[in-house]
This record gives sequence, structure tokens and C-alpha cells, in this order.
Amino acid sequence: MPTTYQIVVCGGIVPDPLQSLEPVMGPTGPALKNEMMLPSVLDPWAWHALFEAADLAKRHPGSKVWLVSMSPKAKLQQVMMGLAQKVPFELVVVDGPASGFADAVETAAALAGAIEGIPDLDRSKLLLFGGWQSASRGTGAVLQMIGEILGIDEQFQGVDKLTVDDSGGLEILERIEAGAWQKSRCAGAPAVLGWATGELPEPPNNPQIGMQNMRGIMPALQQAKPAALSGEGLSYDSVESPKQRRETRVETEMDADAIADEIAAWLKG
Amino acid sequence: MSDTSLPTLPGDDVRQIMWRFSDRFDLQMAVQSARGVARGTVARLVADGVRNTHEWNDEKGKLLTAFDESGLTSLYMDVEQGGFIEGPKNMAMSLVAFELSWVDAGAATGSLAGNLALAPIHEKGTDEQRRFYMGKALPPQPGEDRVPWRGAFALTEPLPFVGVDTGVVGGKAKIADWPEGGEPVLQIDKRGRFITNMDFANFVTAAVDSDDERIKGTFMVILEETDPGTFDRGAPTLKLVHQLSSTRDPVFSQQVPASRIIGGYDVVDGVIVPKFNHSEVIASVFHRTRIPVGLMTAAKLLSAVEPVIRYQRSRFHGGEAGEGSPRYDLGLQVNEDVTHRLIDVWATGEAAASVGFEAARQADIFDPVEREKDRICAEQGLTGRKQMMALRKKEPEVLEYLDLLYTDEAERDAARFADLDADILVQFALGDARANIMNPAVKLWNTGHGATMMREAVALMGGYGTTEDCPGFLPQKWMDAQLEATYEGPEAVQRRHLTLGMTSRIFRHEVDLWIRELEAQAGDGYGAKSLAAGFKLWSWTTDYLQGHNDPDGKKLYHGKRQAVTFPLADAICWLLSARSLVQDSIELKTKGAENPVLAESLDAFSSFYADLCKLQAARAAGEVSRICADLVYGFQESADEADAAEFAALREAVDRSLAGTELARDRAADALTHIMIPEALDYPA
Ligand SMILES: Cc1cc2nc3c(=O)[nH]c(=O)nc-3n(C[C@H](O)[C@H](O)[C@H](O)COP(=O)(O)OP(=O)(O)OC[C@H]3O[C@@H](n4cnc5c(N)ncnc54)[C@H](O)[C@@H]3O)c2cc1C
Repeated sequence: MPTTYQIVVCGGIVPDPLQSLEPVMGPTGPALKNEMMLPSVLDPWAWHALFEAADLAKRHPGSKVWLVSMSPKAKLQQVMMGLAQKVPFELVVVDGPASGFADAVETAAALAGAIEGIPDLDRSKLLLFGGWQSASRGTGAVLQMIGEILGIDEQFQGVDKLTVDDSGGLEILERIEAGAWQKSRCAGAPAVLGWATGELPEPPNNPQIGMQNMRGIMPALQQAKPAALSGEGLSYDSVESPKQRRETRVETEMDADAIADEIAAWLKG
Repeated sequence: MSDTSLPTLPGDDVRQIMWRFSDRFDLQMAVQSARGVARGTVARLVADGVRNTHEWNDEKGKLLTAFDESGLTSLYMDVEQGGFIEGPKNMAMSLVAFELSWVDAGAATGSLAGNLALAPIHEKGTDEQRRFYMGKALPPQPGEDRVPWRGAFALTEPLPFVGVDTGVVGGKAKIADWPEGGEPVLQIDKRGRFITNMDFANFVTAAVDSDDERIKGTFMVILEETDPGTFDRGAPTLKLVHQLSSTRDPVFSQQVPASRIIGGYDVVDGVIVPKFNHSEVIASVFHRTRIPVGLMTAAKLLSAVEPVIRYQRSRFHGGEAGEGSPRYDLGLQVNEDVTHRLIDVWATGEAAASVGFEAARQADIFDPVEREKDRICAEQGLTGRKQMMALRKKEPEVLEYLDLLYTDEAERDAARFADLDADILVQFALGDARANIMNPAVKLWNTGHGATMMREAVALMGGYGTTEDCPGFLPQKWMDAQLEATYEGPEAVQRRHLTLGMTSRIFRHEVDLWIRELEAQAGDGYGAKSLAAGFKLWSWTTDYLQGHNDPDGKKLYHGKRQAVTFPLADAICWLLSARSLVQDSIELKTKGAENPVLAESLDAFSSFYADLCKLQAARAAGEVSRICADLVYGFQESADEADAAEFAALREAVDRSLAGTELARDRAADALTHIMIPEALDYPA
């Protein structure tokens, strides 16, 4: 009897990375300029986690995948039109801000509450997946805190590979310093895995999967409860985007080694 | 909080409201699928220079796999055939063509051509033909090991046969063998010219004529690559456009069972009588497939806006003008003309998209009505002339229905409206009258005028616009637009269709009701006043031309007098496209409030679209005014005073309706200098 898993993937939405992101101070705190109008995508780190989850579930028949997302539901709905065609999952929605400026503690609490509310979730089989950080907040704190709230202390961050052995033991490769991986073993679920890129390609869109997923997604969006975030306890003095420096030089005659040497020399200062 | 400056380019939320598919998740998913393929596989092929070959190759072949994997191939299938969209597919195909053409219309053509090959079978085939070929064309499902069949549609023939004139069929059918009591075997000889998908088609739907007294007339027939005889794919067409599609001049000389006649046949007195002649089949096919072609050009125009703005803004970056200076921040946009011209490109694209999607929605409504009409007529034995008479008798009820349709719901006779609404023949006659206008109008105006406006977009990129490096593939899109204006019937064909459709009493009655509706909307700032005046002028001119002869006593409005009917056809297209844009923009303002995503920026989008509408309506009315003046005065040595006075009053109303138009252009152009655009295009260039 192969091991089965209940895989919960936490993922918010973020503006499409190609958009111009301009932080501004609004009346209720910092925000991105025109954020509501920018097309969104599932947070790229969570995106990898979701595909890894679906792949794991496929290899362990009887497993199931949930995507738990705190996002403005109307924007999340748009994201679902593409995402729902990728892999089978059930959506759990908390209608709230996906902004990187929302408090990580409150976000974690809201998501943990939503996970606790999933009917018949077997916590002994629970693998909590997500990105090792979000592309919006970038703290790498939320998933850890959800794990803590749910009492899961087997936690792995920067995961690129998960292998399950015959006895259900998990072998995990985590990114560490200097481009190296750390290999860890743990007896099995429950565990928290914050994914880096994983190693799976993006699945093509499959509208048949999309139509199947949509049956659950639309009611989930309609029934989403608003998140109770107080927004207290956190304040921002100023926000700005990191300064970029671009110096372009067109070189048509230089070979690749010479270009690499010059860049390396420049990096070393 | 509501801001009045246009924040970003319109996204999916705006489009779904305007083009009325906010509640269609199947369509929204199809859009995402097509967009993924377009901005991924397709864009990479174009960027890698794969368009620079005439020959089909493995790289181009990746498109077919991408279409199969992402559901675009099965989009055309009904759910029971393995598809995922219930009901008619016109809107779905239009949205997919739009998304693919945003990057490359050749890819869109390749995806549509497979459907075009299946369309004769889908529309007129027997149940058995439909089941068999749709099943074969369906991409393999999970667990299946099968290569899907691809098809080609072969109507056009080498000179001097089928082209614009589809009546001169050179392809021939003879009886090769007719065993006693068995199925006849046909010898089919057909040469094709410019046939899409021919590099890999496994079957072909071909138009042929009888060359045997035991076969009656023309028909369409299915040829398979393994049928005995010659299935020669022929020479590749040396295209300068749409190079991501496959086009060749094939030669077929094959024997096929008579059961391959599309729609089947009867044997009457020893003669094979096909159920449908080739004209009936192609009429039902082109009725639908021309709409997505019109939307291809619309997509290109709209896709040009972002790269042109980026080019304009960044034109002087890296130069001596530092950050914060107008020259650095606005670049070319400090010059009024560049934003004004871009606004014209944008407005044209919007109008083209609006009229195209309106036609697609109408086609979706019309499909089941047409089928039900066919069923009822078959049941009652109404064919040919008898059917035409039955439909003509319904005309007064159609006009009554239209009157009720344009009356406030609270005031109209609900029971009578419901009765007429449920009357299939009434609905068919109305849908038919509309399709006879909308479909050719979309194909004609979007592609013809669209191609001209693509040149404007290219011009705005300066020298870059004539190079392969131009972001957004704009020069390729410009050239491609000319093919869209040509295949599936060049502009002359669409103008001929309109010549017939424009005089329909049903259509003319609806125009009168539109005028009333537009006059009621005249105060809303969408240019409805210009459109109402334009429609009035067009109507008056049409009546005038129908009622007057030239000095030689020859009728002015006549199919042979293309110098009269063709410009009049062009004129109505200007009005139709602007009208669709006005209605979509009003829809955005009305329904946008229900969408929380738009809440903050709805006012800004609404005012911007109102300005675009005003401009486009004014441009349309101006064109109509010019065309009508040519036609009314140009065919007489001197004008009748009473006629001239009436005409002049209507023309003056158009002129006066232009009040404030250029101010609208100023505002819209100014929005282009503030609008936030992404850092880079979301496809390689
Ligand atoms: C890339 C490509 C792909 C194609 N794919 C297919 C396909 O898959 N299947 C298929 O069957 N065909 C296909 N075609 C053929 C296409 O539909 C024809 O080229 C088109 O219909 C025009 O026919 P023609 O080229 O013979 O033009 P002609 O008939 O020679 O007409 C030339 C021009 O003469 C004028 N003209 C002709 N007749 C009239 C008239 N009665 N009144 C006024 N003006 C007139 C018009 O200006 C017209 O544009 C394709 C063509 C191309 C270029």
C-alpha cells in the first residue's frame, strides 16, 4: 500500500514580474502604484511548489492537493483561469490582501486558520508546501510560522527535490550557501517544505483539467471569507524600489571567455 | 478613491466586460491557453527567425504539438467529441485567433485551418462523417497512443479556375466504378492553389464539379492521403506573410467511395444527387470562419500600442538629457503628433475588436437557431424557394420583434415579445439578416482598413519599423494584415456580400432603431450623436441611390455597379465598427462597477474609452459623409435642388456633431504620456 499524502500548498498572487512596480505611500500604508490593475500571477515560488505537489500526488495515488491562497478574490479568479488548467487541485480562498506589505504574522495566522478549516484534513498525512519566500514580501517567514501554528516542526526551506523511499521516508535537498545542497531525511509526514524552484517544467495548459478544477474553484471563490487582518503592530517609515544600474555596451567582436573575465573582474571591483 | 488618469493598459477584467464573457470561464481559460502558446512557443519561433523560410520544418511543427497540448486543437470539438466548450464555438475561436495573432497571425491561421478543414464536415457532414473525422482530429487523450489527423480545406484552384469567383470549379468527379447494388466509387481530380496545412494534412475537404452525367452538379468531398491514386502535396507557396503556417499547391487524383461526399447523396433515376452543392457548404463554412480572420488584424493593432509607447518613451535614454527631464521621461511623446497618431491606431483596433466580437457573439446565438430552422424546415418539407417564401412571410413579424426589442422592457408587450422570441423562423430571419452584414463587415473593414492603420503603427517606430528587430513584430504584422484582407475571400467578395445584405428590410429597420438608440445616448459623450447623424446620412443616401438612375437611365444601386455599391459598403462598415465600440464602452461603464478590481480606476477607463469612441465615431461619420457626397453628387450632371437641400442638411448635422472631437483626441493622447506600461514586452522580440 503506497503512502498517500494530503498536500496543502500555500501561495498568494503577485503582479506579473514584467510589470513596472512602483511603491507608493497610500492613506492606509504602503502599496504598489495601480496594483489592482496590474495583471497577477501565482507567486513564482509557490508556483513551483504547486507543480511539485501535483507530481507527488500523481505518483502516490489517493493523495490530494489543496491550494490555500490569501488574495483579493476577484484578482485570484483571473489567475485561476490559467493556473487551474495546469494541475488538479482544490482551492481554499481567504479574501484578503496579497500585498507584500501585509503583516507576515497576521498572514500566517489567517492561512493557518484556513488550513485548520479544511474538512477531514488528515494532519498525520499533511505535507505543507509553499515557496521558501514570496516574491512580494520576500521575508521567508510566513510558511515557517504556519508550520509552527499547526505544530509541525519538521521544516525544510529552499527545497529543490523531494524523494520518498519505499517505507515512506522523505529525503530532501535544500539549498544552502555557495550553490550547495544539504541532504536531509525525515521519517515522513507531517512536514513543512518551502520550495525553491524544484525541478519540474511548467505543465502545458490542459483545459480538461481546468474545467474539472473550476467546479470547485468557483464556489470556493464565491464563499471566500474576508481575512481579519488588523494591520496593527507594523508600520513602514518609507518604501522605495531598489536602485537599478544598467550600463550597456555592445560588443560584437569579443569572445565569451573575454566577456566572462571582464564581468568577473568588475564584480571583484 | 477614483483617479481620472488612465492607469494601465486595459487588462482581462476590462476586456471580459467589454466583449461580454465575464461569466464564461471556459472562454477565459481558452484565452489563457492561447496566450501561453502565443507568447511562448510562437513568439520564440518568430524571434528565432523561423518565419524566414517558406518550407515547413520541425521547428514550425512544434506549433501543432503546442496547439494539441494546450487544448486549442480540441477547442472546435463538441464536448461529446472530446472538446471542452459546450455549444457554439465562434466566440471561442475568435478569442483564440485574437490571442495568437497578438504575436503572429500565421500561427493563428495554422490553428484555424484545421477547423476550416473540418468545418464542411461539422456544418453539413453526415453524422457518421462528423463522428469519424472529428474523432480522428481529436488529439490523443491521456493513456492513448495515437497521432491526430490534420486536415486542409481545398477550394481555391490554379488559374483560371476558383478564386474570388467560386463558381468556376475546375476539380472534377467521375464514376470510376459502380458495382451492382453497391457503393459507387468516384474518381476525383482536383488541383489546389494556396492550400493551408498541406504539408501535413492527412485528409482534405475539396470542392469538385461533376464530369459525369451520372453525378449531379458540384459538391465537397473528403480525400484521405492513403486513398488509391495520387495525393501530391505540391510545391510550397513562396509566401512573404504568415510563414508559420503551411501553404502548398497540391494535386489530387484519387478514387474514393461516394460515401465521402460531404452531407451524403441520394440516387435519383440512376444519378448521384449530392445533398449539398459546394456553394451551400462553403456558404455555411465562411459564414463563421471570416470573423476570426477579422479579429486577427484587430489584435495586431492593439498589440502595437505597448511597444510603440515604450519606444517613444525610451527613445532618448542614455543620451545627454538626464533623468527627470521631459526629453528623458517622455522621449518622442513631447511631440503631439506621435501620441495623436497612436491614438488613431488604438481606436481602430478597439473598434475592430468590438465589431468582431459582436459578430462572434451573434454567430453563437445564430448557430443553434439555424440548426433548429433546418430541422423545422425539413420536417415541413420546406426547401429551396418554398423555404425562402416561408421566411419572407415572417418579415413583418421580424420587424415587430425588433420594435419590441428596442422598447423598454417595462413598456413592451411581454407576451408578444416572448412569442416572437421563441419563433425560430423569426429568429432565423433576423440572425441571417444580421450575419449577412456583420460577417462581411468584420472581414472587410478590420483587415482592409486595419492593414492601412498597421502601416501607421510601423511608421511610428521610425527606421526600426522596417527591420526584423522591431519590438512586437510590427512590420511582419503589417504585411500579414494584407493576407488577412485576401484569403477567405478578398475585399471585393465582402463588398459583394454587403451589396446584397445592405438592402434587406430587416437590416434597414434595425438601422432606424439604432439611430433612435444612439440619439438617446447622444448626451453621454461617446460620439453617439455623430454616429446617429452618420447612419441617417447613409440611410438617406442608400434610399436615394436605390431610387435614382444615372443620366443614361441606368440604375445606380445595382450589383454590377460596384462604383456605387462598394463605397456604400465601406461606409456602413465604418459606422458598424464605431457603433460596436460605443456599445462596448457603455457596457464597461455600466458593468464595471460590479467588478471590485476596477473600482478604483473605472472612471479613468470610462473617460478614456468615451474619448476613443468620440474620435472613432467622428472619423466614421466623416468618412460616410465624404463617401455619400461622392455618390449622391458624382453620378449626376447637376443636383436636384430639393434632394441637395435634404442631403446638405443631413451632412451639416454630421459636421456639427464633430464639436469637441479634437479635444477628446487631446485628452486621449495626453493619457498616453502618463499611462504605466510594463518594463518589457511579455514575449521575446
Ligand atoms: C497564404 C494563403 C493561404 C490560403 N489558404 C487557402 C486554403 O486553405 N484553402 C483555399 O481554398 N484557399 C486558400 N487561399 C486562397 C485564397 O482564398 C484566395 O487567394 C482568395 O480567395 C482570392 O482568390 P485569387 O487569389 O484567385 O484572386 P482573384 O480571384 O484573381 O482576384 C484578384 C483580385 O481581383 C479583384 N476581383 C476579382 N473578382 C472580382 C469581382 N467579381 N468583383 C470585383 N473585384 C474582383 C479583387 O480585387 C481581387 O482581390 C489561400 C491564399 C493564401 C495567399
